[in-house]
Amino acid sequence: MIQLENVTKILGDRRILDGVNLAVRKGETMVIVGPSGTGKSVTLKHMVRLMTPDEGRVVVGGQVISDAAGKTLEQLRDKFGVLFQGGALLEWLNVGENVALPLREKTRLTEEEIQAKVVEKLSMVGLEKDMEKFPSEISGGMRKRVGLARAIVTNPEIILYDEPTSGLDPVSSRMIDRLIEQLRKELGVTSVVVTHDLHSALSIGTRIAMLTRGRIVELAEPADFVKSQQEDVQQFLESQFITIRGEWEKNGL
Amino acid sequence: MGREALGVLRNGGRAMMLLFESIVAMRTMFQRRARQEIILQMFIGGIKSLTVITVVAAFTGMILALQTGIEMRKFGQEVYIGAAVMISMLREMGPFMTGLILAASVGSAIAAQMGTMVVSEEIAALELMSINPVRFLVMPRLVAMAIMTPLLSFYSCIMGVVGGGLVGMTQLNVPWSAYIDNAIRFADNKDLRVGMLKAFLFGIIIVITACHQGFGTTQGAVGVGNATRRTVIISFLVILIVGYMVTRLFYV
Ligand SMILES: Nc1ncnc2c1ncn2[C@@H]1O[C@H](COP(=O)(O)OP(=O)(O)O)[C@@H](O)[C@H]1O
Ligand SMILES: [Mg+2]
Repeated sequence: MIQLENVTKILGDRRILDGVNLAVRKGETMVIVGPSGTGKSVTLKHMVRLMTPDEGRVVVGGQVISDAAGKTLEQLRDKFGVLFQGGALLEWLNVGENVALPLREKTRLTEEEIQAKVVEKLSMVGLEKDMEKFPSEISGGMRKRVGLARAIVTNPEIILYDEPTSGLDPVSSRMIDRLIEQLRKELGVTSVVVTHDLHSALSIGTRIAMLTRGRIVELAEPADFVKSQQEDVQQFLESQFITIRGEWEKNGL
Repeated sequence: MGREALGVLRNGGRAMMLLFESIVAMRTMFQRRARQEIILQMFIGGIKSLTVITVVAAFTGMILALQTGIEMRKFGQEVYIGAAVMISMLREMGPFMTGLILAASVGSAIAAQMGTMVVSEEIAALELMSINPVRFLVMPRLVAMAIMTPLLSFYSCIMGVVGGGLVGMTQLNVPWSAYIDNAIRFADNKDLRVGMLKAFLFGIIIVITACHQGFGTTQGAVGVGNATRRTVIISFLVILIVGYMVTRLFYV
């Protein structure tokens, strides 16, 4: 569904991505982990062409997005819903209007249809009662959930999540995890999730990729990922106080 | 030095591109949502600066009247402060003062807002939703300020003339009616038109500079501060230069 082929990106004078190869399959939830500042967000931005690779290319659904333009780019981007790290809500619109924005701007739905969809998506993130509030009046975690509602309101095929659970309380975090899993199971949505949260990585990921020093150093299913001997993975696991002795079993969501 | 000149050229070019894109985006300006946004921006940009403009313009007129009046009284010609205040307000001081005030208040606010939106990835989110930031954000502000700056400039001229008249009455013994009569007799329609043209250009300069700087923000909150500061400095300079060139074009 999404292929990064040998993607290299230089920002400032640093080689942030140094030949990244990663293929996200249709209908899977690919989790990307890695230390802060290694280019996880930059990787996501390449997938939707908010950044263009200096070398290599990015393919989405068989079409090269990294040199697409105009209508083609617009159509490719329409496949995506993106949850940005801080939610990226427009401050002067209330929660409901923020979620309604993509529908108002891109579709010809009537006001009732829009309202119905907005309420539906906001209830999925548990915020249907906060429609009238403004972004400045709600917590960071709530903003993120509104951002998620906006990302899914157009029913995209692919959803990218940049740290969806960081800064959220554990209960909301698990709720987001369940939602991501539900979208995959019920609608076959393809997801890419950047996270620091090992718990959610292990529970929602169909595969987990570790990004460090501009490269993918490990890519494995959760059960194998936790047993990886790769140094950076070991460090990451240890930092989250998880050591696996026997078999690791995916706990039921 | 060469590199800096190149940077100025490049930024100038990009700003012109932004202006061009906004003009193209104006074909959507009569749609209901765009119209509402423009009116909102006219209110935010214009009405909120009214107090400052009133005070500054009145004092500008008062200073003009006092300065010229003191000199002219030596020749018994103090009634001519009417013409002096009126003409300098219309041609130069009205648009100029209004431009500076709006650059410092509205321009810096726009730059800060756009900068914050870049930093918090709101602009990126808009792009992904295929909502063109130029159409959605720049165009309404541009139209609003292209309308409001001349109006405010005209208003500031009136305030300046009133201020000058008050000084004339109280300090220089120039009767109100003689003052107004003199002001109207010597003022030319051309002065008004040139002044309005200047104000119109200043409005465009302010919005385009602010949006260009705001969109170019990097490095988080520090970057927003830089964009704001640069917006004020650059608009001041460009307003001065363009103001000079317009005067030169029409009066030399
Ligand atoms: N637009 C940009 N310009 C310059 N440097 C950038 C830009 N975006 C990100 N970077 C740098 O790239 C590195 C990776 O950033 P990012 O992908 O946000 O990290 P993370 O893995 O924590 O999400 C950081 O060092 C950051 O400073
Ligand atoms: Mg990041």
